[in-house]
Amino acid sequence: MATAALTAERENYLNQEYGIKSWLLTVDHKRIALLYLLSITFFFFIGGFFALLIRLELLTPAGDLVQADTYNKLFTMHGQVMVFFFLIPSIPAVLGNFLVPLMIGAKDLAFPRINLLSWYLYIIAGVLMLHCMLTGGVDTGWTFYTPFSTAFSNTKVIEAGLAIFISGFSSILTGLNFVVTIHRMRAPGMTWNRLPLFIWAHYATSIIQLLGTPVIAVTLVLVVLERALHLGIFDPTRGGDPLLFQHLFWFYSHPAVYIMILPAMGVVTEIVPCFARKRIFGYQFVAMSSIGIAVLGFLVWAHHMFVAGISLYAALIFSALSYLVAVPSAIKVFNWTATMYKGSITFSTPMLYAFGFVGLFTMGGLTGLFLAALGIDVHVTDTYFVIAHFHYIMVGGAVMGYLGGMHFWWPKISGRMYPESLGRLAALIVFLGFNLTFFPQFILGYLGMPRRYWQYPPEFQVLNVLSTAGSTILAVGYLLPMVYFLWSMRYGKVAPDNPWGASGLEWMTPSPPPTFNFDAPPVVDWEAYDYEHIPAPQEARSGG
Amino acid sequence: MSEPIVSTKTNIAVWLTLLVLTGVTAGVAFVDLGPLNTIVALVIATFKALLVVLIFMHVKYTSEKLVKVVVISAVFFLLLLLGLSLADYTTRLLM
Ligand code: HEM
Ligand SMILES: [Cu+2]
Repeated sequence: MATAALTAERENYLNQEYGIKSWLLTVDHKRIALLYLLSITFFFFIGGFFALLIRLELLTPAGDLVQADTYNKLFTMHGQVMVFFFLIPSIPAVLGNFLVPLMIGAKDLAFPRINLLSWYLYIIAGVLMLHCMLTGGVDTGWTFYTPFSTAFSNTKVIEAGLAIFISGFSSILTGLNFVVTIHRMRAPGMTWNRLPLFIWAHYATSIIQLLGTPVIAVTLVLVVLERALHLGIFDPTRGGDPLLFQHLFWFYSHPAVYIMILPAMGVVTEIVPCFARKRIFGYQFVAMSSIGIAVLGFLVWAHHMFVAGISLYAALIFSALSYLVAVPSAIKVFNWTATMYKGSITFSTPMLYAFGFVGLFTMGGLTGLFLAALGIDVHVTDTYFVIAHFHYIMVGGAVMGYLGGMHFWWPKISGRMYPESLGRLAALIVFLGFNLTFFPQFILGYLGMPRRYWQYPPEFQVLNVLSTAGSTILAVGYLLPMVYFLWSMRYGKVAPDNPWGASGLEWMTPSPPPTFNFDAPPVVDWEAYDYEHIPAPQEARSGG
Repeated sequence: MSEPIVSTKTNIAVWLTLLVLTGVTAGVAFVDLGPLNTIVALVIATFKALLVVLIFMHVKYTSEKLVKVVVISAVFFLLLLLGLSLADYTTRLLM
């Protein structure tokens, strides 16, 4: 039976060629997406391993599991791996790579070989980072602040800096590829106003990658040069300024948080109309708010430096601008909600993740506004309040969006369905585990527990135990999908072309798609999210 | 592949100019010109950047609108970086 079903399967990008070489030298954007999927999953495990060690150390007030120096390395490498090797590539390099050409009706990205190059750069950077971690690691915090990084730390700052420098080029190349592809490769009739909003979100993300990443690259080179040659750029005794480092670092790193969240917003914008069976509310607003976030995101960076010694006048300006950036984010939240209003909603797995995203992102965004208020920030800066804030956005928002997207498009990617009830269970576990892990951290921070210490006063223990307990639940929630995705590749039901009755060109081609995506070049003569005219979901066949 | 847009000769000439200007920058650093030191260094650096963008990056030879948009937005974002950082540096002493 099984073989009969398989041989009856039509030719697609997965079965067209076999062998390791056909993968390592592929220029097919769909295969490169899978290469990225494997690599970022690997780094997610490493980053997660560090996270669990951090949480274990914080189970008790005493510094009993690891030494202070080791703890410093743990949170540094956790941050660097999760930010630069998991979250930044996650949605763009996996789902974006897979879907951008499919959604606009193209055969591939504009520069397929540059796409492969970007994966190899990522791997080179990753190997360097691994080597760095295995031979001693870094302890500067993911932020590399001077003068500690340039003059005092005696860990492998240069190696980690170079690894992140290289991974930056991988990110730039992905962004470049997307911008050119979206401008040049759209199918006839696919006008800018008919683009799926996932594409708009990736377009905005790519702008940030192109314009912001070079700045972090230069900044890291300056840190390396300063450390190796004592140039003096960040050294006040030689006419430099340590705060200059922070300006340069955050000029990229604040926009970088939008590299992580914008694609997740794009995913949610695809999921919500599909499972509410309604047109997206306010297409133009959602599209333009992505661009607005990309541009405004560049104007707020010094809100990370309020207590660092910048001038009060600058702080006032940056505080006000930070409030501005919340406007386009809020527009999106209102539009998703308005789309659901009076829709016929089904609570499928991707939709559960989308619900989780909207709620958790809102909490993260609103606490960001607390932090942007100068008076409150002085109280809670460098405490667990900040940690909770950005984890609500990056884990509650971006990772939820990533998982929601993986479930939504898994039938297209693999040609198989995952088990729906397990999927819902996992989504629930992730949501509960997440809140148990990070909500107590808001309270801890507000009560004054500082970040980046391996010990704490005993009165903080109860909340820390809750947080550690939550993190193990969260880990189960993350492992489950990995297990059943793998299981489904062999035993899952065979996915139809359009299992959700979703709009978009990617659902009009077979699952999994053929190597050149479409049997005949598509021509578009309809508006996006036309859910009044889209056929109902197709049934899955039971497979071998 | 089509003919290269820029001849090898031009490329080498530009490269040599860049090297010479680097030498000049280094040399001028040893002469005390007061506040002019910074200005001279910045003028030379800007000129070098222009050479790279216009010739090495072929911006001079293209009529594509998209390329222009990219260049203009890159400059714009650089100005944002400088401008908003100066909002800090120029007002610190007021406190
Ligand atoms: C609604 C808009 C947002 C505002 C107004 C905001 C505001 C802030 C402020 C003021 C801080 C500095 C707190 C301090 O260190 O004292 C901060 C930290 C942080 N935020 Fe946000 N934020 C927003 C959205 C986001 C998003 C979307 C992300 C990520 C996807 C994010 C990630 C971070 C990170 C990583 C930090 C801490 C960096 C560190 O010091 O290690 N924020 N945020
Ligand atoms: Cu920020």
